[in-house]
Amino acid sequence: MAEPNHARRFTILWVVASLIATPLVIVLLGPILPPGNGSAQASGHVTDNTVLLAMATPVLLLVVLYLIYAVIVFRQPKGGALEGPAVRGDQRLQTWWIVVTSLLVLSLAAYGTVRLEQDGAGSGGGPSPVAVPGGKKLQVQVIAQQWEFTYRFPEYGGVEVPHLELPVDQMVELHVTSLDVIHSFWAYQLGVKADANPNVDNVVFVKPTHEQTFEVRCAELCGIWHGAMFDHGHVVSQAAFNAWIAQQQTEYAAATKSLPPYSKTYLPEPTRRAE
Amino acid sequence: MAKKVMGIGVAVIAAATLIALYVASWATSFPKTVAASSASTTAGVSTHLTLQTVAAVGPKYSPEHPDWVSYLVQSHGKWIHSTDFKVPASSDVQITVLQYDGDSGLRNPFLSEVQGTVGKTETVDGKTINAIDPEEASHTFAVPELGILVALPGVAEEAKNQCEFAPCTMAEAHRTITFTIHTGKKGRYHWQCFVPCAAGFLTGGGGPMQTLGYMDGFLDVV
Repeated sequence: MAEPNHARRFTILWVVASLIATPLVIVLLGPILPPGNGSAQASGHVTDNTVLLAMATPVLLLVVLYLIYAVIVFRQPKGGALEGPAVRGDQRLQTWWIVVTSLLVLSLAAYGTVRLEQDGAGSGGGPSPVAVPGGKKLQVQVIAQQWEFTYRFPEYGGVEVPHLELPVDQMVELHVTSLDVIHSFWAYQLGVKADANPNVDNVVFVKPTHEQTFEVRCAELCGIWHGAMFDHGHVVSQAAFNAWIAQQQTEYAAATKSLPPYSKTYLPEPTRRAE
Repeated sequence: MAKKVMGIGVAVIAAATLIALYVASWATSFPKTVAASSASTTAGVSTHLTLQTVAAVGPKYSPEHPDWVSYLVQSHGKWIHSTDFKVPASSDVQITVLQYDGDSGLRNPFLSEVQGTVGKTETVDGKTINAIDPEEASHTFAVPELGILVALPGVAEEAKNQCEFAPCTMAEAHRTITFTIHTGKKGRYHWQCFVPCAAGFLTGGGGPMQTLGYMDGFLDVV
C-alpha cells in the first residue's frame, strides 16, 4: 500500500482543528479571562489576553496534534525495524518556520506597543509617560511604606487616607511612589500594576467603568509583612465619592496639618537611626 | 565508585535534612503568647495590656540581639519578651505603653494621628491628645487590619536617668501612653511599628523591624 501524503493530511487536520478551536476559544474563554472588566484598562487586558490566546491556539494545536498524529500513525509495529529512516534538514520547512514564527512575534510586539501607547494599559509609565489620555483626570498619589499603602488627594487639600475610593467613569492619574523600599501597587480588578520606588514618581492611568470593590496588593516582596499589604478599594458614584472625600478631610484633619506640601516624591526624614 | 556515589548521596541527604530542620525551626519559632490581664469590677470585666518599649532589649531577654529595639509585655508583674498578645473579642482593652526609647520621627507624618481607638485619642503622660508631633514619634502600635494606629512619642534626648537596656524600671525616664481599643470579631491580626526605628540598618527597616518578636507581632482576639 502506498504511503499517504502525511504532510498534506496533517496540514488539513491542523487547519480544520484550528478553524474550529480558535473561534471557540475566543467566544467561550475570552469573556472569562483575567482581570475582568473593572476598568477601561482591565477590559483592554482581557482583549489582549484573548488576542494572545487566539494566536497561541493554532500553535498549541500544531504541537499537540502532531504529537498525537505521530504516536498513532508512526507507531512502530511489533517486530518492525528498530530504527526509522534518517531525517535530514528541510531548508524550505526551516525557512517557513523562521518566517512564520518571526512574523508572529513581531506582530505581537507591534500590537503590544500600539496598545501601550493608547493609555499606558494600566502599567506605570514613569514620571513622564509617553501615553497620556486626554480630558480631566483625578490625581491620586499612592504612597507605599512598610507595610501599608496610603493615598493622597492633592485636589482635596492634600488629604491622605488609609483606604482608596475612586469615582466611577472618571479617568484617574495615579502617582505611585514609596517612602522606603521597593513595593508594587497592584489593583487587580482595575488592571493596574505599577512599581512603587522611593524617590520615583511612577504615573499610571485608570478609568473605572462600574461601581465595584477591588483588591489592592503589594506585588513586590518587600519584607516580613509583605503579605499584609492587602486591602480592598471601592469604586463609587461621583456623589458618594464627594461625600466620602469630604468626610475623610474632616476625619484626618489633624494628620493633614502635619503633612509636608504635596510633592510627586518625598525624600523622607528621618534617617537619623538608619545607616 | 559505588562507595563514592554512596558517600555523596549521604552527604547530600544530610545537608538537605539540616537545611530543612533550620527552615522548619525558623518558620515555627513564634514568640510565646501572653494574655492580657482581666479584672472584675462593678462595671464588668476590664482587660488591661501593659507593654514596654526599649531602645535595647538587653542580653537577659535576647542574648543573640541584645542591642535591638523591642517591645516587652507584662504578665503577672513580670516583663516578658514577647509580641504575641491575647485579648478577648468584642471587649474594651485598655493598653498602657511605658515608652523608654528616644524619638526617631515618622517617615510618613500621616501616621501621627490616632486612629481606631475608643474616642480616637490617646493619653500621653496624663494629657489626652488626638495626634502627636511626627518628629517626636519613637514607635507606633498599629494594627492595620483593624484600623488601629497609635503613635508613641519618645523620651527627650536630654532626659536624665535614661534606661540603657531592658527591663527598664519606673524610676527611669519614660513616657506613659494609654489608650483603649474595642476588639471586634475573633481573629489573628498582625500589629507593627511604622517608625523606621531599627538603628544600624539600611533605611531603619531591617533587623528588629523584620523579625517577629521585636517590633511586630500578633494580636490574638479570642
